[in-house]
Amino acid sequence: MVTEIEQPTVELSKVAVSETHGEDSPYFAGWKAHDEDPYDESSNSSGVIQMGLAENQVSFDLLEEYLEQNSEASNWAEGAPGFRENALFQDYHGLKSFRQAMASFMEKIRGGRAKFDPDRIVLTAGATAANELLTFILADPDDALLVPTPYYPGFDRDLRWRTGVKIVPIHCDSSNDFQVTLEAMEAAYRHAVAMNIKVRGVLITNPSNPLGATIQRSVLEEILDFAKRNNIHVVSDEIYSGSTFSSSEFVSIAEILEARGYKDSERVHIVYSLSKDLGLPGFRVGTIYSYNDKVVTTARRMSSFSLISSQTQHLLASMLSDEKFTENYIKTNRERLRKRYEMIIQGLKTSGIECLKGNAGLFCWMNLSPLLETPTRKGELALWKSILHEVKINISPGSSCHCSEPGWFRVCFANMSEPTLEVALKRIHSFMDQRKTDAIQSPPQL
Amino acid sequence: MVFKLNSHLLSRIASGNGHGEDSPYFDGWKAYETDPHHPTENPDGVIQMGLAENQLCFDLIQDWLMKNPKASICTPEGLNEFREIAIFQDYHGLPKFRNAVANFMEKVRGNRVTYDPDRIVMSGGATGAHETIAFCLANPGEAFLVPTPYYPGFDRDLRWRTGVKLIPVDSDSSNNFKVTREALENAYEMAQLDNIKVKGLLITNPSNPLGTILDKETLRSIVRFINEKNIHLVCDEIYAATVFSQPDFISVTEILQEDIECNLDLVHIVYSLSKDMGFPGLRIGIIYSYNDAVVSCARKMSSFGLVSTQTQYLIATMLSDNDFVEKFIRESKRRLAARYRAFTHGLDQAGIKCLKTSNAGLFLWMDLSGLLKEQTVEAEMELWRVIIHEVKLNVSPGCSFHCLSPGWFRVCFANMDDQTMHVALSRIKTFINKEADTKKPKKTLRWQGSLKLLNPPRIYDDFINSPHSPLPQSPLVRARN
Repeated sequence: MVTEIEQPTVELSKVAVSETHGEDSPYFAGWKAHDEDPYDESSNSSGVIQMGLAENQVSFDLLEEYLEQNSEASNWAEGAPGFRENALFQDYHGLKSFRQAMASFMEKIRGGRAKFDPDRIVLTAGATAANELLTFILADPDDALLVPTPYYPGFDRDLRWRTGVKIVPIHCDSSNDFQVTLEAMEAAYRHAVAMNIKVRGVLITNPSNPLGATIQRSVLEEILDFAKRNNIHVVSDEIYSGSTFSSSEFVSIAEILEARGYKDSERVHIVYSLSKDLGLPGFRVGTIYSYNDKVVTTARRMSSFSLISSQTQHLLASMLSDEKFTENYIKTNRERLRKRYEMIIQGLKTSGIECLKGNAGLFCWMNLSPLLETPTRKGELALWKSILHEVKINISPGSSCHCSEPGWFRVCFANMSEPTLEVALKRIHSFMDQRKTDAIQSPPQL
Repeated sequence: MVFKLNSHLLSRIASGNGHGEDSPYFDGWKAYETDPHHPTENPDGVIQMGLAENQLCFDLIQDWLMKNPKASICTPEGLNEFREIAIFQDYHGLPKFRNAVANFMEKVRGNRVTYDPDRIVMSGGATGAHETIAFCLANPGEAFLVPTPYYPGFDRDLRWRTGVKLIPVDSDSSNNFKVTREALENAYEMAQLDNIKVKGLLITNPSNPLGTILDKETLRSIVRFINEKNIHLVCDEIYAATVFSQPDFISVTEILQEDIECNLDLVHIVYSLSKDMGFPGLRIGIIYSYNDAVVSCARKMSSFGLVSTQTQYLIATMLSDNDFVEKFIRESKRRLAARYRAFTHGLDQAGIKCLKTSNAGLFLWMDLSGLLKEQTVEAEMELWRVIIHEVKLNVSPGCSFHCLSPGWFRVCFANMDDQTMHVALSRIKTFINKEADTKKPKKTLRWQGSLKLLNPPRIYDDFINSPHSPLPQSPLVRARN
């Protein structure tokens, strides 16, 4: 056996010991609470319902139906070189048929309003890898990306942890439905300059997480013009593009570039993934679409660290090149998400809760600011905790998304069955009723 | 549409050439890609012998797959698992997967060791594993010692985005390229003199490109060395199951199980199924660390390179089948041994020697120093270009592996069928005979094409002119068989 000796602990890297991975945050209490006491329709009907996970579970049956008719085993059949060729294929260009299928899928999602060239598609293991990779390419350590708030908490890790790049927030608030304004962008830019930080780009998520709303065309134009004036990049994370409730409301930055004849487009890069639209987060399918040749080449080389399994590429190449399947899927998925959204909005409304008007995504942006004891982050956290422990639902507090206005919460609705959503809405209703009763019985002290 | 570059808009990492691809060795790949050998369609084409792939046992895999459709969640038989698996994105990985990998790793080592599935962390292939380990263990500007000759991919994987340096530990043909304690100490001291902080030592065992394994004494000496210096030891055991003849492979894990003083927090293993099983496309990289903090950190970083759960599930099922695993390991060794023997025998007949201590890997380490007009890197490169353009074999020159002794070449033998192997051998024989017959001064070997002379690669961190081998840029395997 090894004789262990007392040695000074050998150092790990600064990156390893830093906390930028973001997992030591108090919000993990919510996850813990769910993991320790998960809701189950039959076996644990009083457990914690997970509403903090932006997963799309509403369209699995469509995928299963496809797979039943298109078994992977046909690729393995006697005489088919399939598995062997597949297993050996490690070219970082990615399977051409898969890139073509992805390009076509992305076009369909945008109603044919934008064209995508398969040779500009770089494959990465999930959008997580795509966002980090782009950051490595577009910015040096200590430089910054401007990101509108509220934003996906994962960006803190994906954009900053190993890259050493900073995030400077573009503050948005409810006065205009949290839309990005030119003033806010300029203020963020000035703030960075004042801190001696070099801004390399703006990163937007469209449709937005956590807002669940698409960015308006005029705002996209403004962002592009702002980027041009300051000679910086624009990264548009369009991971929820297939989850818009109606096909016409989403405007992709690709459409705007096309309308501009692709002038000045080499500063624009789009991130996409199948984790949300297809509900396949486990398969790790992400892409970078860049209008910049050098970025495409470099990203492709860098993707060596996070390639997509060729087995998965092959499967999805077949699936996504099946026109009948994709058209039906996109349409049906949209419909179902819209219905879910309406269900939750209605349910919350009858409980006296307002939400931001949303038109996309797997969640809604709920306004509980009237319930705050104090209009502060602390007040929000306190409310969040009581919702977790009394209502027994895990939702995401706005502060975890860096929202500057306290009292907003992101509530996911697509990662559960309809009956479970009913249960959640009922609990919320009771909670709100109870609050009203409490308020009547103990009026605020003057 | 042509989009003009505006390269100063990109980061230093992006604008530099840490990707390692601006090397002259791409000539070999280009030659192959523009004129690839095919037994019937292009029998005179270039034979790819620069790609360390294991293609000898796919029939066994195919056979197993046909009998186990349930291993795929995308078949009617396995479909009931589809939802759960497709939605699973926990970076711990499927428990079944980790158990199966641990089991496989144990079997490959003859069940002489045990692996804890909870210490198994996923990564985007061994490529991702190496980068992740470097991110965890070293800060920019700090260094890893690496014995030469070594896999060219390390230059990119360990350095490109991490800013970590690589310091070579010299070895040469005089003692069959063994890693000596003296060489380790020298390299360490040189780093100290240059004010470079050494954070670890990276060894590949079995070795690429040598195809040799470390004996017990050397391994123990290495463990003692890192322990004394209090630096990390990263053991890349990616070729563990390719040891095809005696002596048996000895993993660092076996050493740790013996009576040896060692701080376990210093030891980490990198593994993958790309070589042992021939699955480079599936991107199954593994970090196994004895250091809890590293396991935890690497696991968080694995978010950037998780293994597709579709693949995790398939592999979990396959590698939990003990009968299949045992049969596969045994048969793979047998076929590799047969291939190795056939090749070395053929070369021997042509008067070419290979490193006699090799008993592993997917390649042989061939000594052509006798054919060099002078014992220099330039002469090696000249000879290499002749081999590519006249003999029409894409082999890898030793200098791309930072080898100090000129004239050695890595020749892959497991990525082709028997027929192609015979073609390759006969071409070599013809070439050597021609050399002997003409007895011309070696000058006539000079390739008339563009000769790029290299600066002898004295390697530290500014690698601009250093030779690199193209990496996992293998073109789609064409049906050659």
